Amino acid sequence: MKNSKSVAFVREGMIDQQPAPASQIGAVRWLKDNLFSSVLNSILTIISLLVIFWVLSGIVPWMFGGVWNASSLSECRDILNERYGNTHYACWAVLTERWQQLLFGFYPAEEIWRAVVAFVLMLVAIAPVLFESVPRKLLWVTIAFPFLMVWLVWGGPIWGPLLVALGFVLFYVSYVVLERKSSTLLALIGSLVIGLVWWMFCVGPLSEALGSALPIGDLERVESRVLGGFMICVIIGLSGIALSLPIGLILALGRQSNLWVVKAICVGFIEFIRGVPLITLLFTASLLLNYFLPPGTAFDLTLRVIIMVTLFSSAYMAEVIRGGLAALPKGQYEAADALGLDYWQSQRLIIMPQALKISIPGIVNTFIGLFKDTTLVMFIGIFDMLGLSNAIRANSAWNGINWELYIFIGLVFWICCFSMSQYSQWLERKLRTGHH
Amino acid sequence: MTTMIDPPKAAGFHISQLLYDTRYRSMTIQVIVFLLVMGLGAYLLNNTIINLAAADKDIDFGFLGNRAGYDINQLLIPYSSDSTHWRATIVGLLNTLLVAFLGCILATIIGVVAGVLRLSKNWLTAKIMSFYVESFRNIPVLLWILAFFAVLSEMDRKPRSFRGEDAVNNMWLWDSVAVTNRGTYIPAPIWGDGSALVVITFLLSLLGIWAYGKWSHRRFEATGQILPNFWYKLGIFIVPSLAVFFLLGRPIALSIPEIKGFNFSGGLHIRNSLLALWLALSFYTGSFIAEIVRSGILAISKGQTEAAAALGLRPSRTMNLVILPQALRIIIPPLISQYLNLTKNSSLALAVGYMDLRSTLGGTTLNTTGRELECMLLMMMVYLAVSLTISTFMNVYNNSVKLKER
Repeated sequence: MKNSKSVAFVREGMIDQQPAPASQIGAVRWLKDNLFSSVLNSILTIISLLVIFWVLSGIVPWMFGGVWNASSLSECRDILNERYGNTHYACWAVLTERWQQLLFGFYPAEEIWRAVVAFVLMLVAIAPVLFESVPRKLLWVTIAFPFLMVWLVWGGPIWGPLLVALGFVLFYVSYVVLERKSSTLLALIGSLVIGLVWWMFCVGPLSEALGSALPIGDLERVESRVLGGFMICVIIGLSGIALSLPIGLILALGRQSNLWVVKAICVGFIEFIRGVPLITLLFTASLLLNYFLPPGTAFDLTLRVIIMVTLFSSAYMAEVIRGGLAALPKGQYEAADALGLDYWQSQRLIIMPQALKISIPGIVNTFIGLFKDTTLVMFIGIFDMLGLSNAIRANSAWNGINWELYIFIGLVFWICCFSMSQYSQWLERKLRTGHH
Repeated sequence: MTTMIDPPKAAGFHISQLLYDTRYRSMTIQVIVFLLVMGLGAYLLNNTIINLAAADKDIDFGFLGNRAGYDINQLLIPYSSDSTHWRATIVGLLNTLLVAFLGCILATIIGVVAGVLRLSKNWLTAKIMSFYVESFRNIPVLLWILAFFAVLSEMDRKPRSFRGEDAVNNMWLWDSVAVTNRGTYIPAPIWGDGSALVVITFLLSLLGIWAYGKWSHRRFEATGQILPNFWYKLGIFIVPSLAVFFLLGRPIALSIPEIKGFNFSGGLHIRNSLLALWLALSFYTGSFIAEIVRSGILAISKGQTEAAAALGLRPSRTMNLVILPQALRIIIPPLISQYLNLTKNSSLALAVGYMDLRSTLGGTTLNTTGRELECMLLMMMVYLAVSLTISTFMNVYNNSVKLKER
């Protein structure tokens, strides 16, 4: 009682909740935390702002003040001089005029629909591979796509690609039949021999005979050398990606194997390919391959490039997958053995699913690298986008135009590669099973 | 009770054991693979011999001793068009190594700065660095090389615009560096009498810094005292060399580029081709290194930083003693492969006309002698040797910092 008298003030009710001070919420707080938290940070912020301002003030007017309709660089400059009194602006007209060439190379204009159809089919074909939610039936499109693409892009009667595809069916059927009769290894060798005989000796004459007897779906032939632009990048890149993964897988397994002959061959191959620049391999493909093949063999340049690019990236792929294999705890291998699984079973059921999951980022990085490397074909006379940009400049109407073309090409590559890397991050998050 | 067991089979060898017995199967597979590979090799070799005979050629490296007959625009060792193809090859190789060496240094600096800044608490800086990394990583290096070359050769700084009292353009850094659209001119050293002594002193002082570091570390371990190492090391770095330099009466002079007529003379002329290649390779590889550095630092768990703080270490020493040594272990292996990639990508010099190994041996020499097979073979071997050497050295370094596990 005595004490309570000495207290001057006793609060009897609760006060209402007060809003946080203005400096602790909203934009002010965010600015303080993220941009001006210390002296050093404030300096960094100011420098960054200056850099951004400097870059944007140079680029934005140039980009958005550009001309979109003109037939040559000089006409472009006349328009700019009239409009602004100087020519410090972009001339996007080169893109409106030549975008078709940049995308499809010298593909005949009346046949471009075929390239577009092939491109759309490609999107349909890779959708079920990339996303599980897409109906599984579309996988049939994926299987048929390589043959359809060859037929659509290069033309000719449909029989050639169809018979090659038939060879795969033959290969599979003979494998299944032979495996019932004998061992896996024998069946594999036997069906390989049957397939090779079919592809090497039957497909050529048969497709010619069928082509003259039943000219179904006879598209006009398009020579390899008119292919170009973004299209050739996609063709080379996609074939390389599709082929380098299985080859890389086999090389990685070979490098890990106990069979020392196999191991030595794989190590030699991988280290050789990784030690030389891609450009020397491409020059080998264009200059030397004729030496290594039987006299008189004519070999399509695009095909040679695809083979070289595939070999190149499969060596890198092998190293990525080897990293994944090495990262698996040894217990996984031992557990597979303890379950009584044989080599291929344990690889298929236990090792590979985990090793491939670990190596997803590396695999996709290799894919991205391969896709970017397709620009190097410019050096051996294939007109990819960069090669075409030189060709466009060689034309007197557009002589001296650089940046508009480079920005377009860069943007196309950026979109493709960036979406690939985003996809890989999404896949990684989806497959993550740990407790992070 | 008797147990029935199969009597052991007679130790005969049955042909089917080659396929069904795991002891022999691996041998069978190896023999088959070996024969297949040998067969393929023999087939290719046979074709080559037939084709060479048909083209009336042979494999002969003797052409390397012949007169080259072409000029190279950037020389690190004396060379003229009268020199041999072999000499041209060496010049090209040195040019390749030069751009690879410069590129690795600059790429490391850019990569470390960008990687650390991308982790910065400053939102704006982190975003700018993300933008840099993502834009450079996702666009082909060839395009970057061409773009840098276009920037350098199209800028409005012709050498003649530096002329006169009120010149349009000015030289930088106290009139010693001229950046023009025909290349960059920087001061070049002129080696006078006794300059060798200065260089030797400089090298010795580097050795001294290393020895001092060892000594001070041992002293620290013994006494716990921390010396202001940075200033001492800086002193050893500068003072002896400068002292010898002035004692000998300044034997090393500088040749400053000067505008004479329509062009610069004196100094060292760095061509745009080298500059573009160097910058493009460095910025491109730097963006990859930035990611490596960032993931290396992120991989060190936060508990390490907290433990260091709990021990009372200052933030700078936490970085030096706790974070970096652990992060380096994660960073170095991928860093090696980036250096290798940079070296291999330097063969894209072709796009800007830089005379590297591919442009001398694999370019002009190949075209003038018509010996594709020998030139390509030699070039691949040289690149292979360079790659293997770099990776060996870096692996030795990697092993020295690796976690010693028992």
